Amino acid sequence: MKKTFMTGNYAAAYAVKLADVKMVAAYPITPQTSVIEKISEFVASGEMQAEYIKVESEHSAMSCCIGASTAGVRTFTGTSSQGLLYMHEMLHWASGSRLPIVMVNVNRALAPPWTIWTDQNDSISQRDTGWMQFYCEDNQDILDTVLQAYKIAEDQRVLLPAMVCYDGFELSHTSMPVEVPDKRDVDSFLPPYNTANALIDLEHPTTVGSLVNPDLYMEFRFLIQQAMENAKHVAEEVAEDYSWRFNRNYSGQVECYKCKGAEVVIVSMGALSSEVKEAVDRLRKEKLAVGAVKIKLFRPFPKEKIREFGSRLKAFVIVDRNISFGMEGALFTEIKSSLFSLDEKPKVLGFVAGLGGRDIRVRDIVKMVRKAYDALANSKKFPDEEWIGLRGEKL
Amino acid sequence: MSWIKQLPKEVPLQSGTTSCVGCGAVLSLRLALRILGERTIMVIPASCSAIIQGGYPDTSFKIPVVNSAFASGAAVASGIVSALRIRGIENVNVVVWAGDGGTADIGLQALSGAANRQENMIYMCYDNEGYMNTGVQESGTTPFGAWTTNSPKGKILFKKDIPLIMMEHNVPYIATVNVSYPQDFIAKLKKAQSCHGFKYIHVYSPCPPGWRIPANQTTRIGRLAVETGIWPLLEIENGKLRLTGPSQRILEEGKRTPIEAYLQAQERFRKITPENTKSLEDLIEQSWKRYVALQKCTG
Repeated sequence: MKKTFMTGNYAAAYAVKLADVKMVAAYPITPQTSVIEKISEFVASGEMQAEYIKVESEHSAMSCCIGASTAGVRTFTGTSSQGLLYMHEMLHWASGSRLPIVMVNVNRALAPPWTIWTDQNDSISQRDTGWMQFYCEDNQDILDTVLQAYKIAEDQRVLLPAMVCYDGFELSHTSMPVEVPDKRDVDSFLPPYNTANALIDLEHPTTVGSLVNPDLYMEFRFLIQQAMENAKHVAEEVAEDYSWRFNRNYSGQVECYKCKGAEVVIVSMGALSSEVKEAVDRLRKEKLAVGAVKIKLFRPFPKEKIREFGSRLKAFVIVDRNISFGMEGALFTEIKSSLFSLDEKPKVLGFVAGLGGRDIRVRDIVKMVRKAYDALANSKKFPDEEWIGLRGEKL
Repeated sequence: MSWIKQLPKEVPLQSGTTSCVGCGAVLSLRLALRILGERTIMVIPASCSAIIQGGYPDTSFKIPVVNSAFASGAAVASGIVSALRIRGIENVNVVVWAGDGGTADIGLQALSGAANRQENMIYMCYDNEGYMNTGVQESGTTPFGAWTTNSPKGKILFKKDIPLIMMEHNVPYIATVNVSYPQDFIAKLKKAQSCHGFKYIHVYSPCPPGWRIPANQTTRIGRLAVETGIWPLLEIENGKLRLTGPSQRILEEGKRTPIEAYLQAQERFRKITPENTKSLEDLIEQSWKRYVALQKCTG
């Protein structure tokens, strides 16, 4: 199939058009802007039959999506960094209302100090909002993940909002060849929005989001937790279906690279996963049994998959492009927590790297793996997390 | 009382709600819903009216109601307006029913955005002049001199004039209403219903527990508010401001009841000093001059 050269932001915009989104509400922020610029072109030219509401804030962008989704149409927004944080309250509102809204978040580090470069602290800090979180490795992945996200979010077993995250500039503004699927094929994969999902019905009026007491609140929360658990299976089903229809090779939750026979596996998310693969190739040449696992779905977290790997491995090397201050990188925590119930646990070594767009080089990743081997060989106690690439000595 | 007979008997609100006794907001809501009818979708941001609905799974409303976060009333309604248009669902009133905090303070940004976009909705602010649901705290529309739990010596700032702020958004219709004058109320809401675009209705809503007034005084206080001129009844139609009915009759300075009558009827003004009463009086005079001038130059 023909490939088109396009940026990650355009890949997202094309996916939104293909998904027949009917209502887009967005507020500009670097590096998200070209997503909404492209969408507004599609809407203005009539290529996309949708309404685009130019809202006055990200809080209102999500609020508009909530209103429109409540009234039964497919919606989209995109944001980044500070914008995502400004939306925070409404993120909870969307998941609590069980609305299958899909958004992209172009990962950008948080201020102060001001920066526009990438890391994942913006979306990681929205971890507990009840949104599914997908992380993309390249521009093809962005287009394909947005389409799959709608299918998963709108599944009756799920009905939760989904956030598709990808690295600012590294993907958002970098052009790559992308295969844009045929509209008819997408239509058969993703049928028109099911208006039965609407919470507003003039014939059978209900009050949405009203007051509940302690005798019922917990059940509403349990239902979200159940839907999140369901989302793992649904993500696998949808990835399989999508791969079959569009000739791809996706899995739903995690993607493995040369994991067969591996004793050490490097875990990462986002564009960084490409560097990790290169590091694996380099180490494999040295006959080291190293593989890579890319976390595609961070929420719900694929703990069962991690446990499966864990029972066969000697060590995990975790690269976190985020930091939970006062603890450690979020992936490091999640992986260790997932492995805890194993009787024989592999070692886990964590690294924080690449914050605020700092380059993570292949040799940095190789160095991380060597540290793991060193610790294994000398049966050393595994150290606490380490920050990689800091200037000079540790600050 | 023939005018009231022209309204449908059916009110899409149950006879019982969980509001306080004498609540001005619920009186206004009942009248508004009777005018608006069953093909109405109401968005309610955090406010007393989130409580008035009752607890899940019960509700006092017979129309679709969407609760929303405090700052997001006008934005959620914008999304609904858009979705209805996309789905081809017509002849529906999308109405935001928000308190003064959700309108004049935390919700002002979303309100301004929706008005600027000319979203086809009726935004109703029921102004009980404070954060009453959280136990009577000062808001941007609390009047000068009034006591609240976080202004124990009385408010030292002036009330924001939201209808005039909305006037600067060039929306087709703006009005102030007061349930003590139901004919004026009905005429204005019907007018709002009949025009396309963003409509703003500011509703005077006495709050017996918050204003420290007896529950049977709601409508009397409402009349005093208009007679003293502290609450002018006006409408701004396509940029033309007009004082209406009872307010039109008291344009000249001597015709207005002295403000003391209004202040003495409410415990919240119990501690107001003579100097502050004078300041409030001056403020009312100033506003009247402005309204009269606006009526002259825009009419």
